[in-house]
Amino acid sequence: MEEKTPIVVDKDSMQLKDISWWFLALILIFVWAIYVFLTRENYQEAFNFIKIGIQVTIKTSLIAYAFALMLGLLAGLGRISKNLFFNNLSRLYVELIRGIPMLVLIFFIALVGVPMLVDGINAFGGWLTTIGLSSAGETLSSFGNKAFTMNGRAIFALAITYGAFLAEIFRAGIQSIGRGQMEAGRSLGMSYGQTMRYIILPQAVRNVLPALGNDFVAMVKDSSLVSVLAVRDITQVSRLYAGSTFRFREAYVTVSIMYLTITVLLSLLVQLMERRLRKND
Amino acid sequence: MTEPRDMIVIKDLYKHFGNVKALNGVNLTVKKGKVIVVIGPSGSGKSTMLRCINHLEVPTSGEVWIDGQHLGKNEKELNAIRAEVGMVFQLFNLFPHLTALENVTVAQKVVRGRSKEEAEEIAMAQLKRVGIPEKAGVYPNNLSGGQQQRVAIARSLAMNPKIMLFDEPTSALDPEMIKEVLDVMLDLAKEGMTMVCVTHEMGFARSAADEVLFMDEGVIVEHTTPHDLYNNPKEERTKLFLSQILQH
Repeated sequence: MEEKTPIVVDKDSMQLKDISWWFLALILIFVWAIYVFLTRENYQEAFNFIKIGIQVTIKTSLIAYAFALMLGLLAGLGRISKNLFFNNLSRLYVELIRGIPMLVLIFFIALVGVPMLVDGINAFGGWLTTIGLSSAGETLSSFGNKAFTMNGRAIFALAITYGAFLAEIFRAGIQSIGRGQMEAGRSLGMSYGQTMRYIILPQAVRNVLPALGNDFVAMVKDSSLVSVLAVRDITQVSRLYAGSTFRFREAYVTVSIMYLTITVLLSLLVQLMERRLRKND
Repeated sequence: MTEPRDMIVIKDLYKHFGNVKALNGVNLTVKKGKVIVVIGPSGSGKSTMLRCINHLEVPTSGEVWIDGQHLGKNEKELNAIRAEVGMVFQLFNLFPHLTALENVTVAQKVVRGRSKEEAEEIAMAQLKRVGIPEKAGVYPNNLSGGQQQRVAIARSLAMNPKIMLFDEPTSALDPEMIKEVLDVMLDLAKEGMTMVCVTHEMGFARSAADEVLFMDEGVIVEHTTPHDLYNNPKEERTKLFLSQILQH
């Protein structure tokens, strides 16, 4: 047999291209941004103007995500349910949402869906009045479109959209748990729902926590789309600032840095969580 | 008509998975306190029969009674009956997100409505019975196969079942761990538990079983005492099977 010379890796000859410099670059960008915001008046002004939208962006994302989680869990359970009606309904929901661009969905839900819902509530109120429940009926039938603020509609639209994405994550998580777990639970006399709640879901949710975290990051970014409804999130506020001062560079550098700060911090958190989960396995 | 008064009564049980006929008419009566060992080649329907007893697998046709109660379609009734029938699986199926103690308490709390303290007291007693009370706080992934299977047995016993079903409880274990699980099963048999065990452990069958069933192609081919089955099997298929597993 021919003898092979072992390959020796010369560590000293490591070149710049071998270093993963992306993180360094990211930090440099942040350092540059901090420097600019501290020294340049134009940027300070832009920052002070745009920061009033931070609260709306964070609030919108958090509330919408909380509702999306509930909706997603429900639809995810529906996707694996043996109840055919529930199953088909969930599938329809997921397919409808995934087949329509998010921007169009936000317009549709806020400007068509909510008025339709209001009409429905009014009609229901009218019906309640005719069967004699006039006090409850009148409250419902006097419900106007104005009862739903654009902020509320934006949250509603984001929640419905992301509910469909989260449903698929929950479905995958539940399906990743072996059949034996359900069988063991059922063999002990627990019902399907009890086994789901105490045995399957705790494991499934743990498995999909990183995916849920990543989708939250994505939702923070997609919350910028609600600016089309004139909701004063940081995107909308920076558009207003740019429009009135023509300082496009200051406006969009500032808003980009704001998003980047939130998403990079959240991504780091997700990675940390992922690493801890893996260690516990 | 069979009087369905005995612990387990199975009548004309059929189970088909598409074209695969796993069970082709099984009739069986198990009296209270009896230990039944089921043997047979793989794919003979042993596990399917066991899983039909607590309707983990819903039979295509046929009837099952547990202690006089008929297993029907009502989910609530089925859950109540399943709580009375313990089951031990080949791959343990412990809940990996719960400690050994929590594995044994969860169903007690959820199904039996016992308080945390009561459930834990019973769980500790059962863990002691299977010989690993010191592992109460340990997660399944940090237990050996034999220890996991003993926790699984404790988990079932904590529900105070009338019947214990064992589905090849030792076939996924390393040889040195088989004995610790069989010892627990032997003790259980001595205490008068009604047991149906799918297992090829001859030693266990000889020392604990009251009856042995040989199954093949979805039917019970031979149903007799362990002594008779191993020493003078009547059916050709039984002889062939025994000669294969006893060769080495």
